[in-house]
Amino acid sequence: MNKVSVTDLNLYYGSRHILKHVNLEIRERTVMALMGPSGCGKSSFLRCINRMNDLAGDSRVEGQILVDGENVYDRGVDTSLLRKKVGMVFQQPVPFPMSIYDNVAYGPRAHGIRGRSRLEKIVVQALEDASLYGEVRDRLGRPAAGLSGGQKQRLCIARALAVSPGVLLMDEPTSALDPASTLKIEELIRKLGKKLTVVIVTHNIQQAMRLADDAALFLDGELVEWGSSGQIFLRPRDKRTRQYMAGRL
Amino acid sequence: MTADKGVLAGAGRENRGRRMVADKVAEFCLAACAAVSFLAVAAIALYMIQGGMPAIREVGWKEILFGRVWDPVGTSPKFGIRSMIATTLVGTFLAALSAAAVGVLTAVFLAELAGERAAGIVGTTVDLLAGIPSVIYGLLGIYLLNPLMYRLERKIFAGSRTHQFTGGANLLCAVLVLAVMILPTVISVSVSAIRSVSEEVRASSLALGATRMQTIFRAVLPAARSGVAAAVVLGVGRAMGESMAVMLVAGNCVNTPGPFRSVRFLTTAIVSEMGYAQGTHRRMLYALGLVLFALITLVNGVVLGAMKKREVSM
Amino acid sequence: MTGNPYTLHRRQIRPLELFGRAAIYGASSLSVFLLLGILCYIFWRGSRTVNVDFLTSVTSALKQTVGIGGNLVNTLYIAILTLLVAMPVGVGAAVYLDEYMSEGRGKALVEWAIEILAGVPSVVFGLFGMAFFGGVLHMGYSLLNGALTLCCMVLPLVVRNTQEALRAVPAEYRWGALGVGASRWHMVRTVLLPAARPGIVTGMILALGRIVGESAALLFTAGSGRFLPGLGRGIYRDLQALAGKVVCSGGTIAVELYLQMQSGRYEVAFGAACVLLVLVFIMQVLLRAVAGKGRRDE
Repeated sequence: MNKVSVTDLNLYYGSRHILKHVNLEIRERTVMALMGPSGCGKSSFLRCINRMNDLAGDSRVEGQILVDGENVYDRGVDTSLLRKKVGMVFQQPVPFPMSIYDNVAYGPRAHGIRGRSRLEKIVVQALEDASLYGEVRDRLGRPAAGLSGGQKQRLCIARALAVSPGVLLMDEPTSALDPASTLKIEELIRKLGKKLTVVIVTHNIQQAMRLADDAALFLDGELVEWGSSGQIFLRPRDKRTRQYMAGRL
Repeated sequence: MTADKGVLAGAGRENRGRRMVADKVAEFCLAACAAVSFLAVAAIALYMIQGGMPAIREVGWKEILFGRVWDPVGTSPKFGIRSMIATTLVGTFLAALSAAAVGVLTAVFLAELAGERAAGIVGTTVDLLAGIPSVIYGLLGIYLLNPLMYRLERKIFAGSRTHQFTGGANLLCAVLVLAVMILPTVISVSVSAIRSVSEEVRASSLALGATRMQTIFRAVLPAARSGVAAAVVLGVGRAMGESMAVMLVAGNCVNTPGPFRSVRFLTTAIVSEMGYAQGTHRRMLYALGLVLFALITLVNGVVLGAMKKREVSM
Repeated sequence: MTGNPYTLHRRQIRPLELFGRAAIYGASSLSVFLLLGILCYIFWRGSRTVNVDFLTSVTSALKQTVGIGGNLVNTLYIAILTLLVAMPVGVGAAVYLDEYMSEGRGKALVEWAIEILAGVPSVVFGLFGMAFFGGVLHMGYSLLNGALTLCCMVLPLVVRNTQEALRAVPAEYRWGALGVGASRWHMVRTVLLPAARPGIVTGMILALGRIVGESAALLFTAGSGRFLPGLGRGIYRDLQALAGKVVCSGGTIAVELYLQMQSGRYEVAFGAACVLLVLVFIMQVLLRAVAGKGRRDE
């Protein structure tokens, strides 16, 4: 069974039809790259998986998304538990205005974990998984605002990892960063892809090629094509995919 | 918008000379305006000090600040304002505390939970109320709150021989009036502080599986705290400087503060005695003004300074 | 942590969730109830007292009339007089600070002084006005004294709002004007001030609000006179009578409200309160109109 399995998904904002009949399978412990021009619905799709779209007032969803075989749009699903299982990292790295430690401990605390030693273990582990621990080990109590842009983004990743999600959604996580920081984050994403399921939205084809095991292309709310990255990048079946790769869309 | 080109195109030599004179004159006038603004402050400071310092020297600042008895017109006048300072501090603190508790929560509702229409209607009302003159709050206090308080007082102290009945004009009343008075200000400034918290903070918190309430209390409010603190400080400043709203509802007797005691604030002492004070008594009122001003500056400075420090370390 | 970790379903009551919501909704209802209650109560009480007679006549035991006509005129008088002085001085000071003075100690000093002025409680302005304008300048209790005292009080409001408005004018406007050779004053007059007008007007309306609602600073400067000058004896005489009023004591509506409440005449007090509220509302509506316009211009 695949980690995430999307069947005939439709998303509407008011009367606008944002996503049209999307069918997609995401395998466990892989990196799936979602590509497409801006406004094509790839970010909206990402936000469907952990139901962040619920927060936009007049959104409506049809179809189903199974995570570990459970439909996230089922009645009675607790979005809080869902988002614990399906973490998310955003484009702008905005740490909470508190210390580095408290930033990472925020999630576990929200889910009821108390006890210093337990929290500390989680925080250190998450920072290590996000390849940040070495740089901040001696200033965990200092404000997170003092970190550099790339460090902030890795802190945000550590924050998401601290609740031990099975799926990590990343919405253009490097587009606000400089090339050196981008490289580090990409390295990290490859590492994470071996342990958990990563779904990353990117508008950068090269980045998708470097990172992805699987890839999918969105255009105007439609899923044009998806498959293993070898197939998508080297032998695209759809004409529009070829055009997109050649930069003509 | 561009400059008036006609003037420039036709500007001959003679014209230019006149323009330069006009320029100089204008600059001089503007400088004079700035000077007047500065002089106004200097004059106020000077007159308050000139008015108050002799009294302070005459009576001694220790006697004034820590003396228990305020009896300015007796045969051997006493000018101790300890209880008035205590009243001002305690009254303002309690008022700010209650206004902050209710106001910040209301602001959270308006900024985070209310629908657009509800937020619009309530927000407009709050803004309107922020502009209401403080005498009106005093009027409501004396007309509605005092009788209620008197009934409460008679219930609580029924049969007490030691209690001095106040007719409902007591510290508690003043605190309530002040709290309601600064409530709109606290709400309105807090709302804008909460709204200015970046959307990413909310999204990241919710994406971690935090609930709405956890997000509000553990992420959004901490992020907005400097703005919220500024709102409360603004309220404290207004409450401390307020005189007319609390003069009648507080009973206006010099007493150590207690919830059911008539008390007198520093501000109300000035207003109620200014009309007839003479000599040292009159100079003393200027000294009260100085003390009041020092208190306000101190509170603002301490709180905002502390906030700034935290902000820098954030 | 809870229950079966393999399911997304959970039936559990979270105390913070409930308590938080209860606190927020409770506090908001209390605020709305209090604030709306105050508005409605004052309008309800005031509507029993306010009528044309109340607005135009003067309280007098002889004629057995009750009214705030004189106070209304005094309020208008003081408001106009105060703005007439405070607006040019405040706007001028702001322009000089922002456009002429270079960053440095001098500017910091003046701005600091204005900051201090903004924190002075209104009783202290009253004390100052009484001693300086009343005593040193021999104005006694007069509308002029009250207006000058209030000038000091609203000056920071005007300066700050003007400065904010000036800072919001894009630097390109200044360069554009100076680039075609306009002199500095010409640039200020034709480019900056028009662009900053909404902000300046906002400052003016805020100042007006404080003037109308002020009582502590006026009690011992403008006094509490409530008489109307006898008018209707020809324009020249009328103007003379009005001009002469400037040296007479005159209480504004807020002062009158305080005095009536102090002597326990609550009907009159609520009438005055109602009129004050209406005035404040009118100003708020104006403020919103100006602010809305400023936003649309951008």
